[in-house]
Amino acid sequence: MINTDNKIVEKEDIVIRFAGDSGDGMQLTGTLFSEAAALAGNEIATFPDYPSEIRAPHNTVAGVSGFQVRVSSKIIHSSGDLADFLVAMNPASLKSNLRWVKPNATIIVDADTFEEKAIEKAGFKKNPLTDGSLSTYTLIKAPITSLTLEALKNMNVDPKTANKTRNMFALGITYFLFNREFKTSDDFFAKKFKKKPQLIEINKAVMRAGFNYAVTISFVHSTLRVPATKDLERGIYRNITGNVATAWGLLAASEKSGRPMFLGSYPITPATEILMELALHKSLGARVFQAEDEIAGICSAIGASFAGSLAATTTSGPGLSLKSEALGLAVMTELPLVVVNVQRGGPSTGLPTKSEQSDLMQALFGRNGECPLIIIAASSPADCFYSAFEAAKLSLEHMTPVVLLTDGYIGMGSEVMKIPEMKDLPKINPPIAKPNDPDYKPYKRDEKTLVRKWAIPGTEGLRHRIGGLEKENITGTVTSDPLNHQIMSELRDKKVKLVADDIPKQELTGEKSGDLLVVSWGGTFGSTLNAVSEMQKEGKKVSLAHFKYLNPLPKNTKEIFSNFKKIVVCELNLGQFVQYLRMTFPEFKYSQFNKIQGLPFLTSELKTKFKQILEEK
Amino acid sequence: MSENLTIDRSRTPLTKEDFVSDQMVKWCPGCGAHAILSSVANVFPKIGYKKENFCMVSGIGCSSRFPYYVNSYGFHGIHGRAAAIGSGVKIANPHLSVWIATGDGDSMAIGGNHFIHIIRRNIDVNIMLFNNQIYGLTKGQYSPTTPMGTVTKTSPQGTIEHPFNAGELVLGAQGTFFARGVDTNPKMLTEIMFEAAKHDGTSVVEILQNCVIYADGAHKAITDKDTRDDHQLHLKNGEPMIFGKNRDKGIRLGRNGLKVCNIGVNGITEDDLLVHDQYEQDSGIHLMLAKMSPPEFPLAFGVIRSAMFSTYDDLIEEQIKTGKQTSLIKNVDDLLNSGDTWEV
Repeated sequence: MINTDNKIVEKEDIVIRFAGDSGDGMQLTGTLFSEAAALAGNEIATFPDYPSEIRAPHNTVAGVSGFQVRVSSKIIHSSGDLADFLVAMNPASLKSNLRWVKPNATIIVDADTFEEKAIEKAGFKKNPLTDGSLSTYTLIKAPITSLTLEALKNMNVDPKTANKTRNMFALGITYFLFNREFKTSDDFFAKKFKKKPQLIEINKAVMRAGFNYAVTISFVHSTLRVPATKDLERGIYRNITGNVATAWGLLAASEKSGRPMFLGSYPITPATEILMELALHKSLGARVFQAEDEIAGICSAIGASFAGSLAATTTSGPGLSLKSEALGLAVMTELPLVVVNVQRGGPSTGLPTKSEQSDLMQALFGRNGECPLIIIAASSPADCFYSAFEAAKLSLEHMTPVVLLTDGYIGMGSEVMKIPEMKDLPKINPPIAKPNDPDYKPYKRDEKTLVRKWAIPGTEGLRHRIGGLEKENITGTVTSDPLNHQIMSELRDKKVKLVADDIPKQELTGEKSGDLLVVSWGGTFGSTLNAVSEMQKEGKKVSLAHFKYLNPLPKNTKEIFSNFKKIVVCELNLGQFVQYLRMTFPEFKYSQFNKIQGLPFLTSELKTKFKQILEEK
Repeated sequence: MSENLTIDRSRTPLTKEDFVSDQMVKWCPGCGAHAILSSVANVFPKIGYKKENFCMVSGIGCSSRFPYYVNSYGFHGIHGRAAAIGSGVKIANPHLSVWIATGDGDSMAIGGNHFIHIIRRNIDVNIMLFNNQIYGLTKGQYSPTTPMGTVTKTSPQGTIEHPFNAGELVLGAQGTFFARGVDTNPKMLTEIMFEAAKHDGTSVVEILQNCVIYADGAHKAITDKDTRDDHQLHLKNGEPMIFGKNRDKGIRLGRNGLKVCNIGVNGITEDDLLVHDQYEQDSGIHLMLAKMSPPEFPLAFGVIRSAMFSTYDDLIEEQIKTGKQTSLIKNVDDLLNSGDTWEV
């Protein structure tokens, strides 16, 4: 396809950031760019960074929507720190994204949008394209708006529609710069606009116009190619976002356990995609109930669980608050239930579209009474699949609710995933009571695991009643007997603690002992792994323990901690996991590194912190 | 789809004893709930489903202890959430006959949202709404149905809230079935419950119940032997609306709504009276009937509305069936490999 005299330079790893007004279609542009890279065999990791308003005021910094993609020839675990390329569709997006690009980055702007009023609105004193302030960058001033209109002038397109396709012009430019094929984007247009064929042609034309403009103008001495990743295991691959992976992990658990899938949920950013994704899969028997509120979401799921389903509810922070009472009911009735919390910035409504890890304490303790449950956390978009599967497996086999913590960053972000085969996933064996079992009692437990049996309504000979009131051990009769309450409270506690026998040992990246152990959990894995790997290469005795199982903790946690001189716990909050560790293993001294800006860790800031800790006497 | 086709029937005839639980019934002596429990035990064998296919769900309150006293599958939920829990049970397994026991506070205050939405969705469950116009289990605070001005422990100078009329709320939420009964007439209650069970969609049976401790006599004007015939209109489908001790009063449609008239006076005959049509889809007359109250009108009892509309659970089954027939994704392996993939 590419036939220019341009020199092609190979690059191992690049980060590109698309930024524009929140109606400019930057999420789509970024997604299409990522898909093209993934299909070309690159590793990718994406990071959508957008405001909560659907169409924030035009040309303001508050309304800027960004999408960062890292494309690589090696295996990567994060969307990268600073960008090598920035596409800025207006002055505001340039203004708000300059701090996220490298000093020598290439910046492509829509020069047509740099009018006096828009420049002022963005907060620039002078026109940044002409005042020399961008001299350290390679600046490409492309008249994207006017050339888009020009490209469509013979196609009888109204100006509003034409304007909406500016993003495809920008995409076309990047396709030239990175030697990409049009195919994935063409396929996308064909599918998306099946009912409006004219839009297929318009988008294709504008994208090609952008490409041809870049060819003609020859504003770069060379284009780039990121060679296909060679380190990947053989297999079939796809691109997947964390939220879609979560939905699929639940469906996989439903198939493996033979328990029909039920989801009761209420839309909430950034968790809604899980609800929308599962709604697509009625063919797999998924019963998806969009409830009237968060409480009905979890309560319907509890009802479905009582009735024998693999039941789940999905939410984000404020929604978890609303579900607290019902979570207690699920603990009390000892029914399986998966609660997915795609964490966002808090408290209250907080930062709906930004990421944070500040709901750990809520998941651990945010209920009345002694109310233990299993908590696990996913570490990357693709890991959401395995974590959701694992959450469902533990929940079904241990008859207890499980909170799965993901976050906005990995939920909305995507990465390349090797497609697993269902036959390779473990079996799931829920403890279903057999019809007419003469020994069945609602709270009779397995001696080893303390798990009670699941007697599903409709089954002959097992009629019973359960509920939120304290029940007599074994029989399940309502009672407020003091000694019985102590026994039952301890049993519920012990049952969850015993799950530690059923989860893998904590893994360690690096040596078993050393100067510094970096501890992290959940969606920060990519960043902490990068930082630790780089420091290991620099000869530092640093290892990483990244936690997936938060309650109960893996049995070897203490042993791992005891082999390091220093421990630092890194989290996107003010220090919740570290407090929990201080409480659980008070014998160790913990440093902490916390960031609470609605943004992921940068490798560079982690390394700076680790070096500082290593130097401390 | 008729419920009778989706829920397995018992192979042997069942009796009241099949549904008596071994739990001690802990309601106050004289509480109206005892009569309601007895009606349920009477009606379940008549409905004829397999005893394992009945599932009771409740929220919190005196009425919500109900599941413990019926030998069926039972789930005692949390305050206000019975409708949401029951929705999940029914959607997950449409082969269950789901019965929700709830009170005026449970369903119309803390659980108001779930109550209107289950009705709007027309999920095929049966809701028994015990209306005693008071919070009993918390010992005597006013509820959303307590008449204005009533002195209770939280309204020492009388309530200053306009109460809900349960029927008006149900029909306002597009209810397809609404019936009213009273604990003093268990025979009628049993008949109504049977009708509720037959109905496809959410049925709400409001049961006027006397709380002997905190609101004794709340329904006295309607239930007193001396006055009840003049204050109760027993609706029967296809029959003219006649009431009164001497069955000489009737309801007719006047220029501005319903009117009470005396049969034989001013040339009015039975032919001038409204004839009850519980199956009418338009809820206009049903709403007027549900809202009637003494002293101007009698209170309507029996099945006020029983209209056929599609049910949520039938429609979701259809969507699943269609999905299974038409989708290329038949299992999770298909799903994982759908869309853009590439081989390394």
